[in-house]
Amino acid sequence: MNTDLTRASAAELADALASKSISSVEVTQAHLDRIAAVDGQVHAYLHVDAEGALATARAIDERRAAGESLPTLAGVPIAVKDVMTTKGLPTTCGSRMLEGWIPPYDATVVRHIKAAGMPILGKTNMDEFAMGSSTEHSAYGPSRNPWDLERIPGGSGGGSSAVIASFQAPLATGTDTGGSIRQPAAVTGTVGTKPTYGGVSRYGLVALASSLDQAGPCARTVLDTALLHEVMGGHDPLDSTSIDAPVPPVVEAARRADVAGMRIGVVKELGGEGYQPGVRARFDEAVALLVERGAEVVEVSCPNFDYALAAYYLILPSEASSNLAKFDAMRYGMRVLPEGIDAPTAEQVMAATRDAGFGDEVKRRIILGTYALSSGYYDAYYGSAQKVRTLIAQDFARAYEKVDVLVSPTAPTTAFKLGDKLDDPMAMYLNDIATIPANLAGVPGMSVPSGVADEDGLPTGIQILAPATKDERLYSVGAALEQALLERWGAPILSRAPELGADLVKGA
Amino acid sequence: MSSLSREDVAHLAGLARIDLSDAELDKMVGELAVILESVAKVQQAPIADVAPMSHPMPLTNVTRPDVVRPGLTPDEALSGAPEQELGRFAVPRILDED
Amino acid sequence: MAVTSAADRVLDYDEAVAKFDPVMGLEVHVELHTATKMFCGCPTTFGAEPNSQVCPVCLGLPGALPVVNEKAVESAVRIGLALNCEIAEWCRFARKNYFYPDMPKNFQTSQYDEPIAFNGYLDVEVEDGSGGTEIFRVEIERAHMEEDTGKSLHVGGSTGRIHGAEYSLVDYNRAGIPLIEIVTKPIVGAGERAPEVAKAYVSALRDLLRALDVSDVKMEQGSMRCDANVSLRVRAGDDPRGDAQLAVPFGTRTETKNVNSLRSVERAVRYEMSRQAAILDEGGTILQETRHWHEDTGMTTSGRVKSDADDYRYFPEPDLVPVAPTRETVDELRGTLPEPPGLRRKRLQSEWGFSDLEMRDVVNARAVELIEETVAAGAGAAAAKKWWLGEPSRRANAEGQDLVSYAAGLGFAPAHVAELDRLVTSGRLNDSMARQVLDGVLAGEGTPTEVADARGLELVQDDSALEAAVDRVIDANPDIAEKIRGGKVQAAGALIGQVMKEMKGQADAGKVRALILARLS
Repeated sequence: MNTDLTRASAAELADALASKSISSVEVTQAHLDRIAAVDGQVHAYLHVDAEGALATARAIDERRAAGESLPTLAGVPIAVKDVMTTKGLPTTCGSRMLEGWIPPYDATVVRHIKAAGMPILGKTNMDEFAMGSSTEHSAYGPSRNPWDLERIPGGSGGGSSAVIASFQAPLATGTDTGGSIRQPAAVTGTVGTKPTYGGVSRYGLVALASSLDQAGPCARTVLDTALLHEVMGGHDPLDSTSIDAPVPPVVEAARRADVAGMRIGVVKELGGEGYQPGVRARFDEAVALLVERGAEVVEVSCPNFDYALAAYYLILPSEASSNLAKFDAMRYGMRVLPEGIDAPTAEQVMAATRDAGFGDEVKRRIILGTYALSSGYYDAYYGSAQKVRTLIAQDFARAYEKVDVLVSPTAPTTAFKLGDKLDDPMAMYLNDIATIPANLAGVPGMSVPSGVADEDGLPTGIQILAPATKDERLYSVGAALEQALLERWGAPILSRAPELGADLVKGA
Repeated sequence: MSSLSREDVAHLAGLARIDLSDAELDKMVGELAVILESVAKVQQAPIADVAPMSHPMPLTNVTRPDVVRPGLTPDEALSGAPEQELGRFAVPRILDED
Repeated sequence: MAVTSAADRVLDYDEAVAKFDPVMGLEVHVELHTATKMFCGCPTTFGAEPNSQVCPVCLGLPGALPVVNEKAVESAVRIGLALNCEIAEWCRFARKNYFYPDMPKNFQTSQYDEPIAFNGYLDVEVEDGSGGTEIFRVEIERAHMEEDTGKSLHVGGSTGRIHGAEYSLVDYNRAGIPLIEIVTKPIVGAGERAPEVAKAYVSALRDLLRALDVSDVKMEQGSMRCDANVSLRVRAGDDPRGDAQLAVPFGTRTETKNVNSLRSVERAVRYEMSRQAAILDEGGTILQETRHWHEDTGMTTSGRVKSDADDYRYFPEPDLVPVAPTRETVDELRGTLPEPPGLRRKRLQSEWGFSDLEMRDVVNARAVELIEETVAAGAGAAAAKKWWLGEPSRRANAEGQDLVSYAAGLGFAPAHVAELDRLVTSGRLNDSMARQVLDGVLAGEGTPTEVADARGLELVQDDSALEAAVDRVIDANPDIAEKIRGGKVQAAGALIGQVMKEMKGQADAGKVRALILARLS
């Protein structure tokens, strides 16, 4: 194992902890030190809970010393996306609206993490209420891509991807409504999975679009991702849409890394025009490597994917307009009194607060969703979008009759520069073009690094998609590819990222 | 495809309880026009005779038994309240009953 | 914007119904008395400390998710079946989006175009105008599941009312309590009896829900609430159910809210008919608006005008999965339905051998269940009725209580009445002695037997004295004795009376009769 504890994988840390060659306090402290050293540059955390993380670490070390048998990841620290409620820790969702709000309850995922004995280092930055692909919509300022601090780390989960890529945590949680786990993974050279819809409880995830949202793991290796997937997943009676079945055998699949005989479909509609040459080149090489490992590759057409983006940007705003109505200054969060009104009514206070508390992108989507659901327009917009959703699910179903998994580039481009797309919402939305279909259909997807683009030296990602509840297939393919690439490169992709550190600030 | 007028957007902002400034309204009218033109593409999809899909997983009848579960204490419930009084959430005057 | 105006002009009711024909729509909200809320495990106890029965779900905290209460769905299906409705094979919840401080999520989770029950009816009894009763069928549009809101306390201003208040205090204990909303189809053909039909419907619905044991149905506590939609159209022909009348299009309706007692339902409909008639009579138009009923003044006042602000942007609730009761489940629940209150009354009347008038007395005295239990405890129906509708009923009335609560308050049970009846039929007590015993029981002196023992009440059981008296009376009345010997048994009555007099009332008339007949056979 690497002598720098922050460079080790979660699996390596877990083994070292289990063998008592290191303590959880050491591991946790190493990451807290790393945060202190580099997060000033990366701005990936919104809140760091050093005290809480060390307390958990100490408790785990004591239990281990007492001979207790502990869960695999006990003592391995983790960062939690700020969209998940954490009892006693601030939860802002990257919004002014929730500044200072301390939830009185834990999300189910957080409960699982605590039960697994994992110290929570802090809460990670995100686009406000998970609306965005760059973290530039965070009310607390953007996070930066550790590969190039002038570039975006993806979004909405850019805080989590940046934390992982800059070795400020070995693991992080994410949520993915249209690509918010996978696209940040792709542009930071990390791994992220959006499980099957219903595979991980949504209880305690501040909802963006209920029928699309899915929480999942972020890590630097496929095996680590699988280990965290196992902790996060499973049936939850508090979430009506949770699947009542055990977590698919993801860890076993990641360890076996076997694609021999597997049929892999390349989605014709996700690639080609609009995709950066370096992204396409690395994707083609990755597919070739999978063939070398015994997979069979065919091209598959999913013609209705062309309508996915349009359907998504109707369904998401519609559901979001309703989900975000609860932020009204009455029970929690921000309360702003309107200017120039003596004794304002509740209605006026709500409207003033929602104007002041929400950022532009959130307001834009709420208004769009309000329109799409309004009487007289429902059928044309929301209704039509839901029918497109059916078509997309049917495209997937037909494709999975022929192949075991589908693949595509995760994102059309590598990380773009901060500010590049901020004033062009549609250009920003196009980042999710390849990731959105999985959310609409509820199927699982993963992004794995495929290399770096020749033209800009920035990481690229390949997306793997599997049928609903067959999440383990993502891990078979992801791990096989990871092995093949590691053999070719001789070192993990992140070893090619520039060094960060206090002494490098002026060079950054 | 209908585009949204400034009045339309102001009406929607009212429905959504967002007190948009004049400048915000002006900006949003233009942005929404671009987005609406793009999302209207759903109407060109072959959706005749297609059933709408509201849920990604075809689950039905997920219920819980009628058994009391511990909730929050009044202090926890009120912990985030901007204002409180007599164990209740204090809110500005309400315009009309419904 | 609400307007508190001076009293509206109203047209005399008779004149109103002579000129206009009413159409009603009644929406009744019923709180189910499940142990927990519709979508979370919080208790539903009435009157708890504010915000002590809340959790992240019913408080609408970010991240919380609803899960449907199984018992609430069962109750909804049972209500639907009892209202002769079809039960949906597949239906969804929907979000009704609007902002209001007592609604934690700013949407109400309800059902929209897919109610769990639809197309039913409830037959209600109304007076037929000639002293009898007739059945009026009220058709049910739908019954659907939804959740209640929190409750606001208005502070400042004059009266604690919403208008003029400086701020409000919200308690979310009630938020999320399961509600069933039962909506009628337009009720036409009631004519001048519309207010009576409205009251009879709500009353019959209350009885039905009580029999189903799904709700407390306490209108005064708000567990059953009624909104009345009323509109008028011009009269056409003499028969409110005639083709000419039915062909006239509906007028503009108002929705009167806050109608929270049976009496108010009748008064509010009647008032709204008179008010609208006055406007229409002057050539005015009715504003489609919400109106608020004021129990104290007996009037409605203008509330919110309906507008496009009522764009609720309904869409299927993505956090809940569809409800699809299997036909087996529905049949099983059908098996748990109680006998419909109307049919049950008819059956009991025939079992008990009561006349229509007697049965109506029993129903009006709310004594059906008490008599049923008394009969089950061994008493005869006539005796049970006689005792319950006598002294206990008189005293309950005097105290302004209904018989059931009065008796329950005293601990006076059907078993006591049955015991009293047994003491009479066994010959230990006669009628006047039984009355004294009843007094004692109602005074809390113990069970009938204990009271009779304590007061030393017992018919003379020494047959020699009785036999001597019988002999004396027979000897003194040879003519009557001869008639009885000749087979005119009914003549014995005259002799019985004389024997009772000789015995100073301390004898059992039945036994006297038996002794006389034995002597003269």
